[in-house]
Amino acid sequence: MNLKLKLTSISSLIVLILLIGMTQTVNAQKVFATKSGQIYFNATGALVKIAAVNNQVDSKFVDATGQIIFGVLIKGFKFENQLMEDHFNENYMESTQFPKADFKGYITNIKEINFSKDGTYPIQVDGTLTIHGVAQKTTTKGTLTLAQGKPTIEGEFNVKIKDYGISGMYIGDKIANQAVIKLNCKY
Amino acid sequence: MIKLKACLLFLCILGMQLNATAQTIDLFAETPNTVAKDIATGIFKTTRIVNGQSIENVGEGILDFRILHRFGAINQGGYEFFGLDQATMRMGLDYGITKNLMIGIGRSTFQKQFDGFVKYKALSQQTGERNIPLSISYVGTAIYKSLKDATTTYEPYVSDKFSFAHQILFARKFNDYFSLQLTPTLLHYNIVENVNIPNDFYSLGIGFRQRISKRVNITTEYFYRIDKLDGYYDPLTVGVDIETGGHVFQLHVSNSTGMTERTFINETAGSWGKGDLRFGFNISRVFTLKKPKELKNLKF
Repeated sequence: MNLKLKLTSISSLIVLILLIGMTQTVNAQKVFATKSGQIYFNATGALVKIAAVNNQVDSKFVDATGQIIFGVLIKGFKFENQLMEDHFNENYMESTQFPKADFKGYITNIKEINFSKDGTYPIQVDGTLTIHGVAQKTTTKGTLTLAQGKPTIEGEFNVKIKDYGISGMYIGDKIANQAVIKLNCKY
Repeated sequence: MIKLKACLLFLCILGMQLNATAQTIDLFAETPNTVAKDIATGIFKTTRIVNGQSIENVGEGILDFRILHRFGAINQGGYEFFGLDQATMRMGLDYGITKNLMIGIGRSTFQKQFDGFVKYKALSQQTGERNIPLSISYVGTAIYKSLKDATTTYEPYVSDKFSFAHQILFARKFNDYFSLQLTPTLLHYNIVENVNIPNDFYSLGIGFRQRISKRVNITTEYFYRIDKLDGYYDPLTVGVDIETGGHVFQLHVSNSTGMTERTFINETAGSWGKGDLRFGFNISRVFTLKKPKELKNLKF
């Protein structure tokens, strides 16, 4: 009788330990997500300012693996004027054919981030950027800021427009050869 | 005891499996951003097909300065330099109050007309959450002809010089290359020459845009007059839209001279059959008066 009771208590203890272990692993695998990140790009060449913003960046990352994704709809970019927006969609990005741009990669130094301690951590990101249906390997640096445990990622990509098969007679003239893409995602 | 061990082993395996599933969260397998609402943009390249209103509005806070030129008839021959010696013009300003509501004013040298219009987009062609196969807009135009008519037996009232156009625009973008618009139109004259002429004239406009390259589109516009004013022809215009940065150029050949709804729909004196055609062009230059709110709240 006594032994039986002992055994039951041991087994329940083991189950408890296992359960705790499981929840810990799940905790360590936290996925951070947002649908309202901001992306801004600037491709100003000569004279005319060519810049746009999109406030509907869809992004997620996993703290344990550093896996990170960003996705954005091309038609969601807002320019200073409608005509530019139409040209951007129809003549350059061909957004009917290629409605999205995305980035899939890893924060390679994710282990250096202490998610229980607020602060700003530099991050290194490696991955594949797909724009206009063309995928290119890319790396960049950014920051991850923790405030009350909530992360905000900021980063910047420098993109050679022609690398992504985007053509047009104004590239290199009114439109810069390189576009700066800036991201800000609060998860 | 054996039972217990087996139980433990089972639990351990279960635990490991759970761990394993937790570790393979794969974000790359996900497909974010499904298109919620996809509004058709750029049905036409600018707010006019050529002479007539197109389904397009200027964006919110955008001022569009338009200069329109119509030359003389080509069949006048070399002495008149195929019509290029003569020109009439209209200068106008259009402004987008909201993304669906725009207003515009203009002045034509032809008959010294002033005109003003309001255009409201009631429905936008879209797919996604809702499927709407076409866009619908209303345009109301008031035209004031300030030219002094020589033959009046009385001093005309100010209201006599007004005429009005009401149009409903139905447009559809079939693909990136082809868009079509139907434009039922009612023209109203406050005063006409004699009692035998009605004050109201109905007509049906049809216009399309065919893209031939990234920046060049062919446009054609025709109005079938259901009620006809004697001595005039149905207007037919064939044009080319050329886009550059902030401009749209429209070059065209038409049998109309006027640039207001009353004059080009109802009072087109030229005939395609007799070669009574004119060159013309429209230039549009846009200015951003009010930045979109999205661009004001940058986090950088």
